[in-house]
Amino acid sequence: MALTGLDIFKLLPKTNCKKCGMPTCLAFAMALAQKRTKLEDCPDVSEEAKEKLAAASAPPMRKVVFGTQDNQVQIGQETVMFRHEEKFYNPTVLAVTVSDKLTGKDLTKRIEAVNALQFERIGIKIGARAIALVNDSGSPESFAQAAAAVKDSGDLALILVTQSPDAMAAAVAKTKESVPLLASATPDTAEKMAKIAKENGCPIVAKADSIDALADLTEKIKAEGLEDIVLNLQTQNLRDQLLNLSKMRALALKKVFRPLGYPTISFVTDGDADTQVASAISLICKYAGIVVLDTVEAYALLPMLTAVMNIFTDPQKPVQVEPKVYRIGEPNENSPMMFTTNFSLTYYTVESDVEASRVPSYILVVDTEGTSVLTAYSGDKLNEKTVADAMTKYGVEDLVKHRKLIIPGYVAVMSGKIEEATNWEVMVGPRECSMLPKFLQEVWN
Amino acid sequence: MPVPEVAERFTGSVNRLTLGATKDDGGTRTSTVTVGGARNVVYGGSAADTGEKAVIAMDVLDSKPEDWPDVLLEPYKNVLDSPGDWAKMCVEEFGADLICVKFDGIHPDKNDKDAAHAVKVTEEVLKAVGVPLVLWGCGYDEKDNQVMPKVSGAAKGEKCLIGTVTEDNYKSLTAIAVADGHYLITHAPLDINIAKQINILASDMGFPLERIVTFQATGALGYGIEYAYSIQERQRIAALTGDKMMAMPVICDVGYESWRAKEAKLTDAPGWGDPADRGPTWETATAICLLQAGVDIIRMRHPRAVATVKNFINKVWT
Repeated sequence: MALTGLDIFKLLPKTNCKKCGMPTCLAFAMALAQKRTKLEDCPDVSEEAKEKLAAASAPPMRKVVFGTQDNQVQIGQETVMFRHEEKFYNPTVLAVTVSDKLTGKDLTKRIEAVNALQFERIGIKIGARAIALVNDSGSPESFAQAAAAVKDSGDLALILVTQSPDAMAAAVAKTKESVPLLASATPDTAEKMAKIAKENGCPIVAKADSIDALADLTEKIKAEGLEDIVLNLQTQNLRDQLLNLSKMRALALKKVFRPLGYPTISFVTDGDADTQVASAISLICKYAGIVVLDTVEAYALLPMLTAVMNIFTDPQKPVQVEPKVYRIGEPNENSPMMFTTNFSLTYYTVESDVEASRVPSYILVVDTEGTSVLTAYSGDKLNEKTVADAMTKYGVEDLVKHRKLIIPGYVAVMSGKIEEATNWEVMVGPRECSMLPKFLQEVWN
Repeated sequence: MPVPEVAERFTGSVNRLTLGATKDDGGTRTSTVTVGGARNVVYGGSAADTGEKAVIAMDVLDSKPEDWPDVLLEPYKNVLDSPGDWAKMCVEEFGADLICVKFDGIHPDKNDKDAAHAVKVTEEVLKAVGVPLVLWGCGYDEKDNQVMPKVSGAAKGEKCLIGTVTEDNYKSLTAIAVADGHYLITHAPLDINIAKQINILASDMGFPLERIVTFQATGALGYGIEYAYSIQERQRIAALTGDKMMAMPVICDVGYESWRAKEAKLTDAPGWGDPADRGPTWETATAICLLQAGVDIIRMRHPRAVATVKNFINKVWT
C-alpha cells in the first residue's frame, strides 16, 4: 500500500536538518510520497526506515522476466484494473504448446509451425512469444530431449510444463541458459520445484486450485528464496478462471495483498481454434499475463495478437502513422491525391475506404500529432500551412500531373486558404469516408 | 495467510429492459428478450451482480447487400432478396435472439428506396419471426426522418428497439418512438460526453430513460476497438456509481464494423490463413473483446461467429 506523507514522516529523523535540500522533514516526506524526490537524499535515515519504505514502494504486482536476448519476455507490473485509468504495461504473452510425445521430424515441424506465427500490423511486429513444452510423455528423458530441441530452434522463449520434479530437473539441465519459465510447482512439489528454479535462476509458476491455496503456496515458494513467481489458478471452467483472475488482480492492486502480487498464466488448450480465440481474448482483456494455446492456425493467432496490441495501447497517446505519401493500389500521374491526418484510426479508415473504391490513389498524411481531422483543425495542427508544408516535404508535385487536391469534407472551410497557399485546385471530399468509394468513382472520374 | 475481502459494491446498476411485446402485451411477438441489470463491472462481484446474459441481434438487410464479401454472402445466398426468409433463417438455424433490420437500401447513395418499401420489409419480418426486432435506419438524417417514422408505425406496439438518434437529429424519431411504444437507440460518435448529452436531449423530450439503449459507435478489432472498449467500461462504471443518464444497456455493431476490416475481407493474404476462417474469426474476436468491457446487445452477421460467441456467452454468463 502506498504510504502517505505522514506515514513517511513518522519514519524520518525529524531533525529538520535541511541536508536534503528541503526546509523540513515533513516537506521531504510529502515530496517522497509524491515520488518527487528519493530517500537517498536524506543522509540520516535509519536502516529500519529504509526497509519499510522500500517494501511499501515495491510495485503491487511483480515483474517477471524469462527467456534471453531477442526472445526475452516480461509480464506483470500492472498498476490498474481499467486501461483508461492509466494504461496496461506489459502485453499478454501468447505461448503455444508443443508436446514432448513428438519426436524427430514431427517435433521439428510443430516447433517451426509455432515459430512461424509472426505478423506485422501497422508497422509493428507481433507474434507468438513462447513455446510451452508439455511433458505429455511422462518421461524425463523425452522431456529433456524435446526441451533441448526447442532451445536449439532458438526463436521463442520457453515454458517447461510438467508436474514431475524429476522431469523438470532433467529438462532444465539442458535449457537453463535460455532461462525457461518452470510450470509448475504445486503444494505437493513446492519445495523440490523451488529448489530447481533457485539453483538454475529460473522463474517459476505456482499452481493451486483455490485463491487461498495459491496465496499459501507463493509464501512457501518465497520462503525458499524465490521471488519470480507466476500464478496459475486451476479452475473447472472459463467462467471461474475469469472471475478469479479479476479477484486476484483486485487483491494485488487494491489491497496490495503481496502473496498474490504476481502476474498470471492461463491455459486455453481445449476446444477448436474458434473457441480458443474466444477464450483467449477474454483472458487477454481480463488480466492474464500469459495465455497458453494449442492452435497454430494463423487465422486464430492474428486476431488474438491484435487484441493484445489494442488493449495494451496507451490510452493517453494516440497511435500514429508515419507522415508521408501512401500509395493505394498502383497510382499514376493522373491518380487522385487526397490528404488526411496521421491519427492511425483516421488514416486506416480512409485507407480502407480508398481500397474499397478500387481507384488507385495517393493519400498524403499530414503530421497532426496523432489527432483526427476535426480535432487537428480546431487545435490549429491542420491548417493551410501544415498541408502546404507536407505537400512540399513529400514531393506531391512530382507524383501527379494534375493540380487537384481532395480535402476531407469536415474541413471544407479550409478550401480557399489551401488554394491560396498551394495554388492547387481544392475538391471537397465527403464528410464520412464511407462515401469515399462513390466519390472517387463518380466525382473524380 | 487469510485472503482479504475485495469485492466492491455499487449503489447503481444498468437499467433492465424487456424488448418485444407478446399477445398478452398487445403485440405479436412469441418471445421477449430482457437485457441489462448488471450491478458490478464485468467479472466483478458475485454471480447475482452479473445481470442478464448478453444477446445477439443478427442483421437482416432490407435490400440485397452490394458490398459483402463472398464468405459472408454464402450462408444467405438463397435468402438475400427476401428479408422475411432471411430473418427466419437467422432465428431458426442460427439461434438469433433478436433480428436487426438494417435499412441500408433507403440510403440515397445506395438504392434510395422509399418508405413504402421499408414498411413492407418491416411487415414481412414481423410476420416471419416471433423474436423482438431492432429497426435501424441508414444514417442519412433526411432520409431516416422520412422513412423511420413510417417503419415505427408499421411495428406499433411491438416494443421494438428503434434508432438511431443523434445529437443533431433526434426529434422526429424520438417523438414517434414514444407514441408507438418502442425503445430508442441513442447514438454517439465514440464520445462519452456526447453519449450523455443525447440521452439528456431524448429525456427532455419526454422519452423515458429506462427505455433507452446506447450505441457508442463501434470500432472493429485492429481499427479503434480500444476506444469503444474504454468508453463502454467508463459507461458501466458511471452507471454503477449512480449516473442515471449513463445507466442504459449498450448495443454495439460488430457485424458491419468487423467485416470492413482488411483482415476479414482481403482474399489474397496467404500468411493470414484461409479467408473462409479469417472473416468469421475477426467478427468473433471483435464481439468477444467488446463483451469484456460490458455489452448487452451485439449486432452480428456470420453464423459461425454467432455460434462461437453464443457458446462463449453461455459458458461465462451461466
